[in-house]
Amino acid sequence: MNELEQKLILEIADDELVLGWRDSEWTGIAPMLEEDVAFSSIAQNEIGHARALYELVARELGTTADELAFDRSPDEYRCAPIVELRLLDWAQTIARHYLYEEADAIRLERLKRSDDPEIAGLAAKIDREEAYHRIHAQMWFDRLQGEPRFAAALAELRPQAAVLLDSELRGAHTPELPELWNEMTMVRRSQPAGTKW
Amino acid sequence: MFRQERKGQPLQHAGSVEAANDHFADVYAREQYGRRGESTALWVVPRSAVIEIDDFVDELNRNYHRVDGYPLKEKLKEARERAGTEADPGDR
Repeated sequence: MNELEQKLILEIADDELVLGWRDSEWTGIAPMLEEDVAFSSIAQNEIGHARALYELVARELGTTADELAFDRSPDEYRCAPIVELRLLDWAQTIARHYLYEEADAIRLERLKRSDDPEIAGLAAKIDREEAYHRIHAQMWFDRLQGEPRFAAALAELRPQAAVLLDSELRGAHTPELPELWNEMTMVRRSQPAGTKW
Repeated sequence: MFRQERKGQPLQHAGSVEAANDHFADVYAREQYGRRGESTALWVVPRSAVIEIDDFVDELNRNYHRVDGYPLKEKLKEARERAGTEADPGDR
């Protein structure tokens, strides 16, 4: 795996971790019980994908997935601002979900064609789970299409989705990231020095 | 929601999902009953398609029509008493 690939995998891992975290904020308060289960499961999958991607890069860098996920400072993260947003509006959440899955499908296709069999293999595995996410996103898209609130959310978020597919555009973060980072790494940072698991 | 656990087995009622349309029902059914490899097939049936029957009238108490309802032992005892014979030792 070359340095460029490491960087790319880390970007995707950061996206998946942060989006998984944000999506999981709907657990318990999604519009219906069935949706609660479905969306929580999607959030959990994204974090699972982040973990697998971090592990792949961690082996190359001689570190661990946990260190990559939780021991960097907020500005070291390479996630796209769109995944950082704390969205309290279901229409916006679904708009982001739809746009994210659209972009994710494109980059997974690219990764599946990687010369590195480990990268290609993991991308194929992740893609099999993402297929469910895409069906879910499409179902909501079809249902909400034509709703002005959803159309406005899509229009507002769509420009930000471009960052998901372009490393050059990454690096900037929203003011919401430090707060999220604080929450996300709190448990890990609270362990007394020298603790071993 | 009906699910089949293994091929060849009957599909059995497993629960229900609340969904806005068939597409949502399909996705929620897969999510909750299918994607962990726990089912080989699912049937998702709209509630409106189910004909429910739960009024089973038995005005004349014809208990011999019921699967649980025919106490043969009692009847046999009564018949023996009428006939004045003892129960066969092997017949209990």
